[in-house]
Amino acid sequence: MELENLRFGTELLKRGFAKMQKGGVIMDVTTPEQAIIAEEAGAVAVMALHAVPADIRKMGGVARMADPAVIESIIDAVTIPVMAKARIGHFVEAQILEAIGVDMVDESEVLTPADEFHIEKTKFAIPFVCGARNLGEACRRIKEGAAMIRTKGEAGTGDVSQAVLHMRRIQGQIKSLKGMDDLQLMKVAREIEADFDLVVECARMQRLPVVNFAAGGVATPADAALMMQLGADGVFVGSGIFKSENPAAMASAIVQAVHHYDEPEILARVSKGLGAAMKGLDAASIPEGEALQTRGW
Amino acid sequence: MTRIGVLALQGDVSEHVLAMQRALSGKGEVLEIRRPGEILGCDGLVLPGGESTSISRQLEISGMAQELKAAARSGVPILATCAGLVLVSREIEGDAKVRPLGLMDIKVDRNAFGPQRESFEADLQVEGFERPYRAVFIRAPAIVDVGNKVQVLARIGEVIVGARQDNLLALAFHPELTEDMRFHQIFQKMLEA
Repeated sequence: MELENLRFGTELLKRGFAKMQKGGVIMDVTTPEQAIIAEEAGAVAVMALHAVPADIRKMGGVARMADPAVIESIIDAVTIPVMAKARIGHFVEAQILEAIGVDMVDESEVLTPADEFHIEKTKFAIPFVCGARNLGEACRRIKEGAAMIRTKGEAGTGDVSQAVLHMRRIQGQIKSLKGMDDLQLMKVAREIEADFDLVVECARMQRLPVVNFAAGGVATPADAALMMQLGADGVFVGSGIFKSENPAAMASAIVQAVHHYDEPEILARVSKGLGAAMKGLDAASIPEGEALQTRGW
Repeated sequence: MTRIGVLALQGDVSEHVLAMQRALSGKGEVLEIRRPGEILGCDGLVLPGGESTSISRQLEISGMAQELKAAARSGVPILATCAGLVLVSREIEGDAKVRPLGLMDIKVDRNAFGPQRESFEADLQVEGFERPYRAVFIRAPAIVDVGNKVQVLARIGEVIVGARQDNLLALAFHPELTEDMRFHQIFQKMLEA
């Protein structure tokens, strides 16, 4: 081979991988059968986990990384990228996921956190996605090496309101940086506990320097299109597909809705006759301390 | 004015738009193509990186697959990167999940290098380039067989990662993610031809 300077796991490769997911839907799956349904519906990737967030909520107990054997069977079942969740701070779960050939790790608040520190993601060859509720949190995760950010929303509820809140907040905070000089940006960086250079970059680009997806409560095609119109680069759907009455139809409709997010006639057509969406849970009814979004900092 | 359409069904569309704007430096406009009919009137087309299964499905559902085929047949220059390369192929090895458009006489291995941890950057020797080209391969495909009308531009070991056939330029890597504009310059020459 005439190859010189072969390099793996660079920031460009990690962020580049995330960019290839843009305009797509990433679906939570727990079995190879579900992964095949997701792929056939047009998902850009699947997220392997042991139970969808709505069930994790119900089951209680400690939520951990899925069985590597199940994840491997999902990898074998599809040709699209396979992501999997590791607990916040649990770098060994992440090492295991990397070792079995997972394409991206979601360091996720849906699982039970293992540490007060998040994973040092720059040490890995594969990219990570992390949740955020505000610009400070997003910048801290990017500084740790996250190649993709997603809103936390409130997973497993089917209530999109928290994802909307987090997306609006991050966008609003970035907008407010416009026109600020370095001293003002320094003050903001201090207040939101974010790296100064990243705050400068957000101010200049008027967006996060990595891909920003919506997640946490997306349950219908309209929810997905709403998040896209609010500026999401793509959408994660957790319980919304396989807790609905007709997962294949719902999956396909949500993919269509993301592709045609600003075309109401098409949104109307794809929203028809899908059967019941997931039952859901009003995010405001969740007792304080039980919200998943407050995990991590 | 030259009009370049970037197929915007899914993938790294904005990166391609920016890279093409930089290449044209004001001497043309770059549009995102999302709906049937929009391909008509484009002087050049870009098929971006993304997930070929997802893009392929959208092309079929929307009817844009037929428009793309017609544009290619009429000689419109097309730059196809990564997933785009998969889409323009004649045949995909052992994989029925993507319906190739059959625009180029190449056979493709969709995920030739393995999972994301095997994604890489490398200096390529490219036909016609004096200096090596730094290329970014992300879960990249590779060309495993070509017809005799296809000009091979770059290889990695046994497989082909860059090729041209008449008005089609297909790359397994991502010229839109790096600063080196030499492949965009080739595309510009194709536009002028």
